[in-house]
Amino acid sequence: MYRVRLFAVRHSRSFEWIYRRVEASLVSLDPVFRRIGYERVEPFVATLERWTKSFLFDCKMCGQCALSSTGMSCPMNCPKTLRNGPCGGVRPGGYCEVKPEMKCVWVCAWDGASRMRHGNQIEIVLPPVDHSLKGTSSWLRVSREKAVSLREAQEARRSTVARAFKSAREKEPATAPLAPEPGEKKDT
Amino acid sequence: MATGLDIPTNSYPELSEGIVSGSRLELALKAGKFAITAELNPPDSADPDDVYQAARPLSEVADAINATDASGANCHMSSLGISAFLVQAGYEAVYQISCRDRNRIAIQGDVLGAAALGVKNVLCLTGDDVGSGDQPGAKPVFDLDSVSLLRTLRTMRDESVFLSGRKISRPPRLFIGAAENPCVDPLEWRPDRLAKKVKAGAEFIQTNYVFDLPRFEQFMSRVRDLGLDQQIFLLAGVGPLASARAARWMRSNVPGIHIPDHVIARIEGAENQAAEGEKICIELIQQIREIQGVSGMHIMAYRREHQVSKIITSSGLLDRRNRR
Repeated sequence: MYRVRLFAVRHSRSFEWIYRRVEASLVSLDPVFRRIGYERVEPFVATLERWTKSFLFDCKMCGQCALSSTGMSCPMNCPKTLRNGPCGGVRPGGYCEVKPEMKCVWVCAWDGASRMRHGNQIEIVLPPVDHSLKGTSSWLRVSREKAVSLREAQEARRSTVARAFKSAREKEPATAPLAPEPGEKKDT
Repeated sequence: MATGLDIPTNSYPELSEGIVSGSRLELALKAGKFAITAELNPPDSADPDDVYQAARPLSEVADAINATDASGANCHMSSLGISAFLVQAGYEAVYQISCRDRNRIAIQGDVLGAAALGVKNVLCLTGDDVGSGDQPGAKPVFDLDSVSLLRTLRTMRDESVFLSGRKISRPPRLFIGAAENPCVDPLEWRPDRLAKKVKAGAEFIQTNYVFDLPRFEQFMSRVRDLGLDQQIFLLAGVGPLASARAARWMRSNVPGIHIPDHVIARIEGAENQAAEGEKICIELIQQIREIQGVSGMHIMAYRREHQVSKIITSSGLLDRRNRR
């Protein structure tokens, strides 16, 4: 809904905070998701994501959410679906070239970003949309990638310690363990 | 290799250090010259002579000629076709690519084709919406946007790969440009948007029409604060207005054109409106030229190519080609 969408941009800083919390919760649920299987969780999370985000941001489920870098204004609502807008056709007062009754999605984006803690993320050059990911959950993709990199970082730390304290590793392996924690699978 | 055809064999020569395309536009700008480019009105015809005829009056004064890509979403001869003819005739072409009509597969292929045909400058554009053109029922593509297109072409040129990662054996050697619209909303973010284009890989900028000098000066002052004028060559866009009526029509029908009321009033009050439009254009060129960070002018004279040569000559641009 257009009005809710504008509300989200006005409160971009609060939504930014909520978004970080949601992401952290999903990352912490990673062991559970892995046990159930990400492919089985996907439809449920995708549906939840679709409902929430289409109500709040008029989300189009592109599957590669960029809201945190676009001032909480969804770029897929731009009639030209620009990922690095605005275009040069913005009308006086900041209205859309194609839909003159609508505020330019990217005028909103820069406005929303100016209120956000990490608003300068709008300066990032975003790649074109990968249309093969349409309809999938970007929440799950992002949290899963984050969980994987956290696990990898932990493993790298452990093996560095084991390498640095070589004799401890050999004589007293429990002081410099390499084995993963119980329930922690090697693969994802 | 004998092909039986009259094809030059040295079509991929070495470039000197610091030169990316070897285009005359690039060389002029990098040599510290104040560059002049002009937009060609694309013919609705399949006759090459129509391209040459339109190019002739521009070539007298311009370092490079822009071939527009169905601007305003109106169908004309393709920018690739026009660019190829311009190159064949010995002119320097700026091949405009809009994201409106072709997806990433088509664009990357066309760019290789254009480079092989000898085109050395490209201008990356998002494109006006199909609704503003003569075939509003067409499907808008917008697979890439101007910024991701810039990054794509830089990747092709500098890393010799397509976006897929597949290798390009002979990368296209291009001087890569983008547009910016300094005088329309959101005014406060326009310089930041330009910064994004520079980050994505733009090497030169041709702006949309500038009719509002104070707005442009404000824009340029932010551009200088951000240090962008040190990283790119910026060519300011200007053009003559034919009459007050034409100016009003442009303002309300062509996307992204801002003409202040006082400019229209001045033309309206003049006895010879076209002459006044030309005079305003000359004055703008003289004033813009003195703004720090401007490396050249881009002349867009829609259906008024015959005026371009006179405008440039009267403005005195040719008497002082070196930048400050």
